[in-house]
Amino acid sequence: MYRVSAKPLVLQELVDCVTDPEAGAIATFIGTTRNNNEGRKVIALDYEAYPEMAEKELARVGEEANKKWEICRMAIVHRIGPVEITEPSVIIAVSAAHRDAAFAACRFAIEEIKRSVPIWKKEVYEGGEIWIGTQSGQPLTRS
Amino acid sequence: MKVRVKFFAILRERVGAAAATKEIIEGSSVGQLWQALQQDYPKLAVPGIRLLYAVNQNYVGPDHVLQDGDEVVFIPPVSGG
Repeated sequence: MYRVSAKPLVLQELVDCVTDPEAGAIATFIGTTRNNNEGRKVIALDYEAYPEMAEKELARVGEEANKKWEICRMAIVHRIGPVEITEPSVIIAVSAAHRDAAFAACRFAIEEIKRSVPIWKKEVYEGGEIWIGTQSGQPLTRS
Repeated sequence: MKVRVKFFAILRERVGAAAATKEIIEGSSVGQLWQALQQDYPKLAVPGIRLLYAVNQNYVGPDHVLQDGDEVVFIPPVSGG
């Protein structure tokens, strides 16, 4: 399951999705929205995706993880639209026969999401709003 | 020939629209389309940001040659997670 969703994310749905009789481990990662960034007090967050491509890229992340590690299944869901502070913005679940592969693939997935999946976060704070990633002109690493 | 351009995030806000259809000459690259769009939308260029290009939902380089009916998206720095 590789999806973007406007509904609140439910960890158990991803765990159920990767449950596998051959797995001895399930690693999960939950990215949550925090109330501060670089000294700014964040009051709301809004995620936007290029949905068709984002889901395709999430699936690519899963395929790459599957090539690098012995994993059973992976699921990633990223929230879009307004997200309240403390709520999950992304959840990753990976099952594998052994825990090392599950942890490694989970870590890889979140780093890849941040690097290459077309999803953007807008922070709304007191006195303004910013599309994160565009304010300082930092280059992307993907060519 | 025509291509379909979609705008997201900061570019969508600067253009004031989520999509546009653009007539281009045959053999145009995605980089050339970006230059042409800046004439149509003077606010499109965000100083200092580096964009990636996607055609039909795949990343491509600036020299990628467009085909009639392509879906083109200019991707500002991503910030999911």
